[in-house]
Formats: sequence, C-alpha cells, structure tokens
Amino acid sequence: MTPTFSRRLVLAGAAALALSAASLTPATAQAQGTLRVGMTAADIPLTHGSPDNGFEGFRFSGYTLYDALVNWDLSAADKPSVIKPALALSWEADPKEPTKWTFKLRPGVKFHDGSPFDAKAVAWNFEKLLNKDAPHFDARQASLVGFRAASVASTKVIDDLTIEFTTKTPDSFLPYQLSFILMASPAQYEAVGKDWAKFAAQPSGTGPFKLDKLVPRERAELTPNKAYWDVARVPKLDKLVLIPMPEANTRTAALLSGQVDLIEAPPPDTVARLKSSGMQITSNPYPHIWPYHLSRLPDSPWNDIRVRKAANLAIDRDGLTELLGGFAVPATGHVMKGTPWYGKPTFDIKYDPEAARKLMAEAGYSPKKPLKAKIVISPSGSGQMQPLPMNEFIQQNLKEVGIDLEFEVMEFTSMVNRWRAGAKAEQNAGIHGLNYSYAAVDPFNAFIRFVKSDLHAPNGVNWGFYADPEMDALAAKAQNTFEPAAQNEVLGQIHAKMVDDATFIWIVHDVAPRAMSPKVKGFVQARNWFLDLTPVSVQ
Amino acid sequence: MFAYILRRILYIVPIALGVTLLVFALVHIAPGDPLNAVVGPDAPAEVVEQLRRSYGFDQPLPVQYVIYLGHVLSGDLGQSVATGRPVIADLGRALGNTLILSVGAAIVGFTSGILLGALAGWHRGGFIDRLATLLTLIGVSVPHYWLGMVLVIVMAVELNLLPAMGMAPGGATGWGFTGAHLAHAVLPVLTMSVIPMGIVARSVRATVAEVLQQEFVQALRAKGLGRGPVLRHVVRNVAPTVVSVLGLQFGYLLGGSILIETVFSWPGTGFLLNEAIFKRDLPLLQGTILMLGLFFVLLNLLVDIAQAALDPRMRRS
Repeated sequence: MTPTFSRRLVLAGAAALALSAASLTPATAQAQGTLRVGMTAADIPLTHGSPDNGFEGFRFSGYTLYDALVNWDLSAADKPSVIKPALALSWEADPKEPTKWTFKLRPGVKFHDGSPFDAKAVAWNFEKLLNKDAPHFDARQASLVGFRAASVASTKVIDDLTIEFTTKTPDSFLPYQLSFILMASPAQYEAVGKDWAKFAAQPSGTGPFKLDKLVPRERAELTPNKAYWDVARVPKLDKLVLIPMPEANTRTAALLSGQVDLIEAPPPDTVARLKSSGMQITSNPYPHIWPYHLSRLPDSPWNDIRVRKAANLAIDRDGLTELLGGFAVPATGHVMKGTPWYGKPTFDIKYDPEAARKLMAEAGYSPKKPLKAKIVISPSGSGQMQPLPMNEFIQQNLKEVGIDLEFEVMEFTSMVNRWRAGAKAEQNAGIHGLNYSYAAVDPFNAFIRFVKSDLHAPNGVNWGFYADPEMDALAAKAQNTFEPAAQNEVLGQIHAKMVDDATFIWIVHDVAPRAMSPKVKGFVQARNWFLDLTPVSVQ
Repeated sequence: MFAYILRRILYIVPIALGVTLLVFALVHIAPGDPLNAVVGPDAPAEVVEQLRRSYGFDQPLPVQYVIYLGHVLSGDLGQSVATGRPVIADLGRALGNTLILSVGAAIVGFTSGILLGALAGWHRGGFIDRLATLLTLIGVSVPHYWLGMVLVIVMAVELNLLPAMGMAPGGATGWGFTGAHLAHAVLPVLTMSVIPMGIVARSVRATVAEVLQQEFVQALRAKGLGRGPVLRHVVRNVAPTVVSVLGLQFGYLLGGSILIETVFSWPGTGFLLNEAIFKRDLPLLQGTILMLGLFFVLLNLLVDIAQAALDPRMRRS
C-alpha cells in the first residue's frame, strides 16, 4: 500500500461525496399540488377504516379515506365544530320508542372500488365490530372502535337507503358515536380474499382521498377521489403524502430543509426559528383538557370541596401558558367557554392564591402544615403536552397555598393501565390523582363516563369513584334528551355542576400547534382533533 | 481446520436455543400488558379478552414458549399485534434498510479507524499519536444522536446540502443505488460510523504498539529489513485481534441504532424496535431481537473462522 494510492482514494471519495451532495440539494421542484405531511406517529396509522394511533390516526388515515354516517364539520376555524350529515342524510329516534333510530342514507354514493354504498354495507360494517360470529368480525378493529358503538344492540336493513339501529337503552348520543364508525367496502373485502390485513393494503372507502401506495413505516400516498359525493370537498391536491416522523426535532429539520410541507406538533422552542424561515404556524384551541383526575375514595385528601377549589385557584395558568411558548389556553372548566356544553357555572376558575390560601386555612391547612397528595404523571404520551415541566410548575404553585404534591412518574402505557383499573385497584393504593389528558369531543366521552356512578371501574372509567345522585339524574336526562338544543342545555347543566363541585383540577387546553411551508394555501385548522385537507393546495 | 469449523457450527445450536429462550423471557418479564397499547383505551374487557385468546397470551408462559419455538423453527415469526401484518415481512424490509446503514458505517468507520489507529500506534507518543487519540476519544465520547442532530442542523437546515431525514427522495420508496439515495445515507452513515471508528482505532493502536515492542520486530529490524517488510509482519500479528473487534463492531452496527434511526426517520430495525417497544408489540419485538441475536451469533462464528485462518495457534487451542 503506497501513500499516493490512499491519498488518491480519499480525494476521489471526497469528490464523489461533494458531487452527489451538490446535485442533491433536496428536491424543491415537487410536482404541483403535493402535500407532504410529517406525522408524530411512528407508523402509518391503520388504513382499514378503524385507525390506531389515536385521533392522529383518524385525522390522516380515517377521514381522508373514509366517511362515517355522520361527519364533523371542519370548515371553520372560528367556532366549535359540530357534527353534520355525511353518508346519512338525516336521522331520527322514534319518539315513542327512543331506542329505535332510523337513518336515511345518501343515494348515489360509491366506494373507491366502484361498488355502491347502501344500507347493507352499513349493517355489514357494524357486524365487523359487534357480531363475534360474523365471518368478517375483527377483534382488533372491535377493540379500537367497537366501544363507540357499544350501545347498539342490533341493526336492521329497511330498504337500500334506510337502516334502523336499536340501542340497548335510550342513547341520545348515538349520532356522535357513529362519527367514529367508518364505512369500509364489503365488495373490496371480498375481492382481496376476506383478509383485513390485505384490505388495509388496498383499502376502499367512500372518502375524499384514495390510497395509492402504502409502504409501512415509510410513507402512504393518497390521491384525490375525483368522484367524491361532496363536490365541494373534492381535494385540490394532486397528492397527499403521509410520512411517520416520531422525533419532533426531525420533523422540524425536515420542514426547514424542504423535505415536508406540513408538520404536526413542532416543539415550542423551535417556533421562533420556524417563523424566521418564513414558515406558517397555526394553532387553535380544540376539545382537549389537561387536568388532574381526582380520587374520591375515603382516604383521598380531595374529598373536601374547599381543598379542590383552592387547588383550582392556586394555579398560575397564564404563567404556565408562557412556559409553553403561548401554546395553551388556560382552562376554566372541562370544556372551553363558548362551546355549547359550557353552561353557566358560578365557580370562577382563575389564579387567586389569596382566596386559595383562605380556603386551605378554613380546611385546616397552611404552607407550614401542608396537605399531602400523590399524583401519577407520565413523562410523555398522546395529548400529554410537556408533562414534566408543567407538573413541576404546578407543584410549585400548590406548595405556595399549602398543598404538597408528590409525583409518581411512570411510562404512559403503564399509566393507561392504572387509569383503566380505577382508583380502588390495589396498584393505585395511596394514589390520589392522575394527570391524564382527555378529549372532550362527544358528550359521553367528555363528561358522562367520568361522572356516572354506574361507570366506576371495571364498568367504566369514572376513575375516582365520584358519585352524586343529582349528577346521575342529570346524566340520565341527557342520554334521554333527543332534541339537540335541549340536549346541549342539559349537558351545560352537567358541566356547570362539575365546575361548581370542582370535580377535577382543570389546568389548560392544548392548541395543537402545526407548522407549514409558505407554499401551503387554504389550510383551515378547525377547533377539532380532526382536519379537512381537501381545501389545501401547494403552490 | 475443518473439524474446528464443524465444532463451531455445532456450538451454534445450543447458543441459538439460548437466544430464543432469553429473548422470549426478557420480552415477557418486562412490565406492561401486550394488548395495552394496541386496544383503544375504552375497549370493553370482553373484547380485550377475546383478543388475548386469539394471540395466545392467555396461555401459561412455558406453553407460549414451546408454541413460539415451534413457529420459529418453521420460519414463522408470527403477526404483529398492532398491524396484523406478518412480522417477517416488516422485519425483512427493516433489516435490509439497516444493512445499508451498517455496511456504509462499517466501510467509513473501519477504514478511518484502522488508518488512525495504525498511524497512532506506529508513531506512538508523537504528535500524530496525540492527534489520533484525541479524534478517537471524541469518537467514543460524543453522544451520536446529538452529533446526528448537529449534522442535520448544519448540513440540512442551514446549508441545505443534504436531506435531513428519510432514505429516499420524494416519491420513491425503498433503496436504489442512485445519487439521491446515497445523499440520504450520508448523514446517518457518518453519524453511525463515529463510534466504531473510535473503538477500532483504539484497539488497533494498542495492538500495533504492543506488537512493535515485541522482540521479533527488533530482530527483523536488526536483520536490516526495511519499513515495508517489517510492516507486513506486524500486520500479520495484529490482524487476529483487529478482526475480532471488527466482527463485534459490525454486529453492533447491524443491530441498528434506535437513536440514529429515529433522528433520521430511517425505517430500519432500530426504528422498528422503538415502535415495537412503545406499543408492546410482542411478536414484532421478539422477532426483531431474535433475528438480531442470531445475526450476532453468526457473525461471531465468521469471526472465529477468520481468526483461525489468520492465526494457526487458534486452531490448536
């Protein structure tokens, strides 16, 4: 080996490297109208119509490829988004027999494979989740979305465009729940050999986008469904590309270097840098709440309403929002002011440490003689925002009014276990609260599941064993009120009672920051967990 | 030599069985319900139980192990709990992707490591030695995910010379030997090569220095041999040790790097493992670790054979 040889080799290598680098400046000459999205999920969420990866799955693999009977109206950023007719044109519960619902279906809708959408297809899609004996029943899908349709006892095809649902008990929330049951094509399922994994590779729904290419863990490419039934929502894009990028800094770098056009959840401390490069940052409050869910078992320190109210008044939510770079909204209850279910609570949740100290003194505690409580928190997790610094901030706040918080930190999935088990479970002995964030999208999941006394674990996720006969009566009334405005009224009463009883310690709502290239036009961030990408174009 | 190789190959059987047992035990001992992360948080208990039965998680662990072993022996690594796809398909793709990174990192890291180490060992105590030692110290000490991020910030974000993530240019999937694909590999390969560079350089330096101290080198020099011929003898003596270090390092590289592959969104085994761990996707986790473990065993066999070929003393022992 001579020195000249190795030097030449090194030089040649360096030259080759420089050459390839120069010719490869990330391709900016993308085809017109391709939107490349950097998702936080580590894989493409399941595409068979029952997405995993939480609501991000519904956002990108769900409502893009599929529709439900009832969809969310995601067209406006300045008002709470509500449900609207989609594959169903109208629905009604029988006034005399409120467990019977009739849904009139939209005529002329076709699945991506060309087969017609009709009442038989609806019944078939419910069987896949609820009928364990059906040949196409899928336990995995049932576990992902089946609980949404848990109140459905049976379906009955009346004619091609009419289907009847019978619920186990009167359930006025059914239309909300049906927005999560996406309609997959029975014909395509047959065509791919009756195999859900194969169906996921070649899915067929009725949605505004079709799946063109799927490489697990790398990318999914969606193209517009030009024959979409809602002409106003035929996608403007030529192509929508979904790329899993679980690492937040990677997403930011990919956006800055032009490899993607839109990213989910940029880290707050990169926002200034993104803005200085001309990136657009959007954010909007949506039905998310980051609270402490309190135990109400006999050994819990939270049974004194003065303590619960004091804790709610002790937190400097504006300071906390500043810590989050402005990407949060201080909470004054479980849902935000302005939502139809807010009601008229009298307890005004704000930062008032004086009033908090006074309440604590009345309850017999002070910073010198503090009350002790133990809360389970997680270092990360879906919807958990930035739990460690946030909890430390709150710990400091509460200390100043005489509440000493001790944290038990555990991985998110372990915390989910603790949450499911309920406060009474052995593993939760000595635990007085859980920092678990919630989606308040539909009435049942927003309120009812936490307040009804028959939903204590293991029957449900009333984790803290809260029980109040008055609240049970209100919850039953809401489930039996079928007229939407009247239903909102009752839900408002439930929320007002929750706030006035200080059933939780409510802290902040997330605002779902997103960053996108200046080339992205027409993006509307609705006040929802979900997004409509059909009006978006890339120039 | 033949008997030696045969013996080594026979050793693999109990080792491989041990690997399957260890992998199975580790994955099942770790806390967390395998179904927890894959079912919806509100899934009714009966549906969860049905799912548990359909995956066989309700069986006693020894029974699960025997069933698992039977499947593995027939080449079936099962289905991913999270996606329903066969583990072998996802794993095969991920292994291929990681192989690209590890071969790249091995070429860069081993060449630079051997060169640096040899130079340092040959000029022990001199300026070149100190410079090389400094470089290798940096190599083994710098956290590679940090280095990866810094490289991305400089080369992709600020200078816009190389892509920040992914393994293929927009529109393409999978690997191909085009300039665009190579450009995607530059940063992760560089990041990944730093640690093996440091480790290889250190052991080469130590071995070269040690061999140079030995009497036979002095004898060769006293005989009047020039630099070149002396070097040839030194290389022969250094090679067995270096080969075993290279083998081990290549094994680590093949394992992929959860951190590097996550930083660069490189869909290899590290990326796969990361997701399998977070989702408690036991079949995927088991399959991936098992395959990586077997690779390691196989690589050790190759190293042993190479060492025996290079050093006759090994065959006798």
